[in-house]
Amino acid sequence: MGWSDRGRALLLSALVLGVFLAAWHLATRGTGGAEGLDPAYAALMGAQVTEGASAMPGPLDVAAELWRHVTDPFYDAGPNDKGIGIQLAYSIGRVLLGYGMAVIVAIPLGFLIGMSPLVSRALDPFIQIMKPISPLAWMPLALYTIRDSNASAVFVIFICAVWPMLVNTAFGVATVRREWLNVARTLEIPAWKRALTVVLPAAAPTILTGMRISIGIAWLVIVAAEMLVGGTGIGYFVWNEWNNLSIVNVIVAILFIGVVGMVLDQLLAAAARLVTFPE
Amino acid sequence: MVGNILRAAAAPSVPPAPAIEPAQRLISIEGIARRYRQKHTGEVTVFEDLWLGIDQGEFVCIIGHSGCGKTTVLNILAGLDRPDEGVVIVDGREVDGPSLDRAVIFQGHALLPWLTVLGNVAYAVAARNRSWSKAKVREHARRFIELVGLSGAERKRPAELSGGMKQRVGIARALAIEPKTMLMDEPFSALDALTRGTLQDEVRRICLTTDQTVMMITHDVDEAIYLADKIVLMTNGPGARIAEVVRNTLPRERDRNQMHRLPGYYAIRNHLMDFLVSRSATFGDELAAGRAWSARSVPVVEPGREDAARQPPRGRQPLEPKQLAPR
Ligand SMILES: Nc1ncnc2c1ncn2[C@@H]1O[C@H](COP(=O)(O)OP(=O)(O)O)[C@@H](O)[C@H]1O
Ligand SMILES: [Mg+2]
Repeated sequence: MGWSDRGRALLLSALVLGVFLAAWHLATRGTGGAEGLDPAYAALMGAQVTEGASAMPGPLDVAAELWRHVTDPFYDAGPNDKGIGIQLAYSIGRVLLGYGMAVIVAIPLGFLIGMSPLVSRALDPFIQIMKPISPLAWMPLALYTIRDSNASAVFVIFICAVWPMLVNTAFGVATVRREWLNVARTLEIPAWKRALTVVLPAAAPTILTGMRISIGIAWLVIVAAEMLVGGTGIGYFVWNEWNNLSIVNVIVAILFIGVVGMVLDQLLAAAARLVTFPE
Repeated sequence: MVGNILRAAAAPSVPPAPAIEPAQRLISIEGIARRYRQKHTGEVTVFEDLWLGIDQGEFVCIIGHSGCGKTTVLNILAGLDRPDEGVVIVDGREVDGPSLDRAVIFQGHALLPWLTVLGNVAYAVAARNRSWSKAKVREHARRFIELVGLSGAERKRPAELSGGMKQRVGIARALAIEPKTMLMDEPFSALDALTRGTLQDEVRRICLTTDQTVMMITHDVDEAIYLADKIVLMTNGPGARIAEVVRNTLPRERDRNQMHRLPGYYAIRNHLMDFLVSRSATFGDELAAGRAWSARSVPVVEPGREDAARQPPRGRQPLEPKQLAPR
C-alpha cells in the first residue's frame, strides 16, 4: 500500500513535469527561431526576434546548456566567464561563513536570553527592532564600514541568519519543562552541567528549527547580495547573464539555486531528526 | 486570620516536646507557610503554620484535596521551593536547596525523553557517584532497573513505555541514588488499578527491606492505609493546615487484598473518608466550636485502635457491615 501510494505520487510528479515541459516547448517554439518570418518584417520587429539566443528559450535549449554546465562546472576563463560550479562554490562559501558566525553568536546569546528573564527583557526591544530589517538594507553600511565587498556579503548573511536562530534558541531554552530541570536540581547537578545535559538536549529541536529557517533565508539573501556586490557568486552569475541577455543561462542558474537550497534545507532537516525526541 | 488568632492563643500554652525520641527524628517541618502574591486577589496563603515530624524509617502519607498545597509542601521538603515562613530541618540541618539525600518521584514521571531507560537511571547514578567509571555506573543502574522489574527494557526510550513502566523507571532512578528520604508526589495516580496495586506492593516491599523514610502524597485512601505508618490530613486551601495525624494501627505485615479483614481497617478508612468528604472543608467550624487543637502539636488519632476495641469512632457505624461480620 505504501509503495503504491509513493509510486502514484511519483507518477503524478512525472506527469506534471511532462505537461509543464510540453507546454513550455510549444509556447516557445514559435519565438525560438524566426525562420518562417519575412526578414524585412523581422528587422522591423527588432533584432531580438531574429537572434534565437535572446528570445525566450525552450526546454531543449535549456537542457543543452544545462548539460554543458554539468559536464564542465569548474572552468575559469577570466572574471566574467567562470563555470557555474565555481560560482556556486563562492556563494556556498559565503553562506557557510556568515551562517557559521551567526551560529556562534546566536546560540550562546540565545541561551543567555532564554535562561535569564532579566537579559531577555533588556534585549527584547533591540531584537524586535533589528529582526524585521531587510538584510540588504545593511549593505551600504557594511560596504562603507568594512570596505570589502566580499566581507560585506558575508556580513549580510550573518545578520539575516542570526535572528531566527537567536529567537528560537531563546524560546527553546526558556520553555524547557520545569520538571526536567527539577530532576537535575534534585540530583545536585551544577548549573553549567544542567545547561549541557538537560537544557541543550531539551531545546535542541527548537534550536534546529531556527537553524533550518536561517539557512533558508541565508540562501535567499545571498543571491540578492551578490547581485549588488558583484564579482563572483551565483547571484553575480545571474545578473551577468541577464546583462548578456542569455536567458538560457539565467534559467539554468535558477535551477541550480533551487537544487542547492533544497540540499541545504534537507541537511538541516536530517540534523533536526537526529536531535528530535518523541515525548 | 483565624489561624493567627489561634496560633497566638495556643502557642505559649502547648508544650512543644514531641512524644517520640528526638534521636529518631529525621525530618522536622517547623511552622512553614507559603504565600503567593496575585494581581487581583492580593496575597493568597496556600498554607501556614505547618508543623510535622517524620522519623527515620517512617512511611508518611499526606492526603488532602487538590490545590491544598501538598505538592508545595513536598517541593519545600525537596528544596525546590522555599517557604515564606518557617524552616524544614532534615538530619539536624536546615534545608536550603535540593540534595541527593532526598530523592523526588515527581507527579508526572519526569523522565528525560531523549535518554533511554538505562540512560535516565545512569544519569542519576553518575550524579551521585561522580568518581565512578561508566561501566560501574551502568552496572549499578541495571541493578535498580532489575529491582523494579524492567530488565530487558533498558534500551527503550520513555515514549515507548507504558505509564506504569515510566513510573517504575522514576522509582528506580530515585532508589538508585540510595537516598535517606524518598519524596513521592502522587506517584501512582495516573495508573490503572492493577498496575497501581503491583507498584504499591513493590514500593512497600522495597521500603520495608531498606528501612527507607518516605513521604508520599496521595488521593487514594486505600493506598494511604496500605502503605503509611502515619497519615497526615490536610484541610482545604487557601490557608490549609494539618488537621490531624492518623496513626495506622494495622499490623506491619499486611496484605493489600486481605487488608479489609483486619480489625480497625474500616474505622481508619471511614475516618479518612469522613475527613475528605466533609471535615476537610468544615475544619474551621470545628475549631470555632471550641475543639482543642494546636498547629504546633497536631492531634494524633488512632481510629483503628478504638475500633479494634469495638468502639466505633464517634458513634458511627462502619460503612460496610456485611464484610465486618466474620470477625
Ligand atoms: N506560581 C503560583 N502562583 C500562584 N499560586 C500558585 C502557584 N503555584 C501554586 N499555586 C497555588 O498553590 C496552591 C497549592 O498548589 P499545589 O501545591 O500544587 O496543590 P496540590 O498538590 O495539593 O494539588 C494551589 O491552589 C495553587 O493555585
Ligand atoms: Mg499536586
